[in-house]
Amino acid sequence: MALWADKYQPKALDKFVLHKGIADNLKKLVATGDCPHTLFYGPPGAGKRTLVMALLREIYGPGAEKIRVETRPWTIELPTRKLELELTTVSSNYHVELSPGDVGGSNDRYVVQEIIKDLAKNRPLDVATGNKGFKVLVLNEVDRLSREAQQSLRRTMEKYSAGCRLVMTCANISKVMDPVRSRCLCVRVAAPSSEVVQEQLYAVARKEALQVCRVQQCPLREDQAVAPADWEAYIAEIAGDIMAEQSAKKLYQVRGKLYELLANCIPPELLLRTLLLELLKKLDDEIKARPRATPDPRADITELAARYEHRLQEGQKPIFHIEAFVAQFMSRYKNWQLTAFG
Amino acid sequence: MTVAQPWVEKYRPRNVDEVAHQEEVVSTLKRSLETANLPHLLFYGPPGTGKTSTALAIARQLYGPELMKTRVMELNASDERGINVVRKKVKSFAAAAVGAPAAGYPCPPYKLLILDEADSMTQDAQNALRRTMEQYSKVTRFCFICNYVSRIIEPLASRCAKFRFRPLHQGVMRDRIEFICARESVSLDPEAFQLLASISGGDLRKAVTTLQSAVRLSGGSVDRQSILDVSGEIPQAAITRLLAACRSGVFDNVQQQVTDLIAEGYPAQQVLLQLQAEVLAAPDAPDAPDAVPARPRALVCEALAQCDKALQDGADEFLQLLHVGAQVQRALAAA
Repeated sequence: MALWADKYQPKALDKFVLHKGIADNLKKLVATGDCPHTLFYGPPGAGKRTLVMALLREIYGPGAEKIRVETRPWTIELPTRKLELELTTVSSNYHVELSPGDVGGSNDRYVVQEIIKDLAKNRPLDVATGNKGFKVLVLNEVDRLSREAQQSLRRTMEKYSAGCRLVMTCANISKVMDPVRSRCLCVRVAAPSSEVVQEQLYAVARKEALQVCRVQQCPLREDQAVAPADWEAYIAEIAGDIMAEQSAKKLYQVRGKLYELLANCIPPELLLRTLLLELLKKLDDEIKARPRATPDPRADITELAARYEHRLQEGQKPIFHIEAFVAQFMSRYKNWQLTAFG
Repeated sequence: MTVAQPWVEKYRPRNVDEVAHQEEVVSTLKRSLETANLPHLLFYGPPGTGKTSTALAIARQLYGPELMKTRVMELNASDERGINVVRKKVKSFAAAAVGAPAAGYPCPPYKLLILDEADSMTQDAQNALRRTMEQYSKVTRFCFICNYVSRIIEPLASRCAKFRFRPLHQGVMRDRIEFICARESVSLDPEAFQLLASISGGDLRKAVTTLQSAVRLSGGSVDRQSILDVSGEIPQAAITRLLAACRSGVFDNVQQQVTDLIAEGYPAQQVLLQLQAEVLAAPDAPDAPDAVPARPRALVCEALAQCDKALQDGADEFLQLLHVGAQVQRALAAA
């Protein structure tokens, strides 16, 4: 049995319900035969990759769906040393997909300068039908590329545009530099509103004759609890800890929990953001419970989170910054309680 | 299959005369071109005002398309330009003797080295150029192109004739855009042009790229909406809602608006830009409705600037926008 997320994923551009406007525009683009470099941006889960796959299918026909996954080692000759790295690519006869950000560090520059250039340089083989005279390189998460890597991408985009088109996706377009953006057709992919999500869920449920949630219980109750992801629950627990007691001892306990989350590969930015949202929610409850005119502490707390997340990007070890945020929050929160409630 | 050329390349000016709007620069350069006696050049100004185009046009007029290949070298930021490159590649190009001139062009006895985006070169690399420039000035002229003249070290700047390129005003832009539209048989609404001009802010390249994207998506006739779709501009209503939420003084409203903006996938820096425009456009007389007096205005601008820097460093969009929202709210509440 296929996962429903896969089963109901639209495969062709005319099957799109959510991003119908975008899909229609993409169809027009392909029809004119002039496909520019494209950059899809939008929050995670909005459907960027689904659009990319459908676009490929539109250009090359079903052949683009026969994919193979390869992990192959690359050796790059640098003037001073030899760099060896492994990169996973997903490719069909017509396209190659890779996430250059995975390489990490400052090495991603060489991925762009050598590997991507290499892939872009080789003209596509003449594969009978469906050949458009160019191939497509799909680059995922270009926002994770360093500035140097993006600078190098610029030149590659112009030089090899005759035989290769880049299709890129990213979540945070602020991190993609202007010169790269201005060379692409930028397509914004918005997240669906909750009504649309609901509609789709109903549609799926109808088709599946409502076997929904037989895991837990059936039929669903009005107040059916949806279990949050365990890491989210864990962060909520941390938020509760911090609100309950503000002391060095507590900070030490929280540190252990933070370490555990980081060790389980929860990205530190996400951790900090979720933690802030949980704290804001709890503060909100507290303010509502005691409706006296008090200064709203939430702006201050947001400022703290924004400041420490910014530093986290520049620094080396995330734990310092997250812990600093927690400590600062404890101090502010205690002060606020003293002034607000005496 | 012919590969469609981007219009920016297709309609790049071919000679100095064609360069739009930069009258002073053009007239000075034309005189130098007549005598074929060129100083070292330094072009600076905002993006899309014709700096690179002018440099390439000079090269073409001096040497003609054939000789250009050997006499002109162009290096931009996408080429490796560390100090090693300056020491080897640049120096060997600068030192080489010039070949025979081509017929029909002035072909002065020197080569042209164009360093595009020179402000992204390191200080060391720039320093390494100083001596090279003087040593080989008989056979090589340098042309530096940059956005920020302050990033070019003083010793280099003082060796060059400086030319400032101004942002294009609407009239000039209209001429050029209409010219392209006529050539490509595209019909453009006057309203759409207005929008195009205001989005591009004097950057002709941006205007042309936006226009071409719009044409690709919506075919021969371009209206306001299709420009809006491709420009990445945020609908005014969303920004107005955000500002209204800030005015309301309730933190929840701000959080809601920011969450919505992020879910829609709008670029955060664009939000800042349009929020700034909105705040600056508000009346500053204290008794006017929705007024933003001078002090909060300054505070808002500072918050926006700091946020832009943080975003540039790669900070999280949601946290930064929420922070800005809270700051704006506080500034307005203090008024």
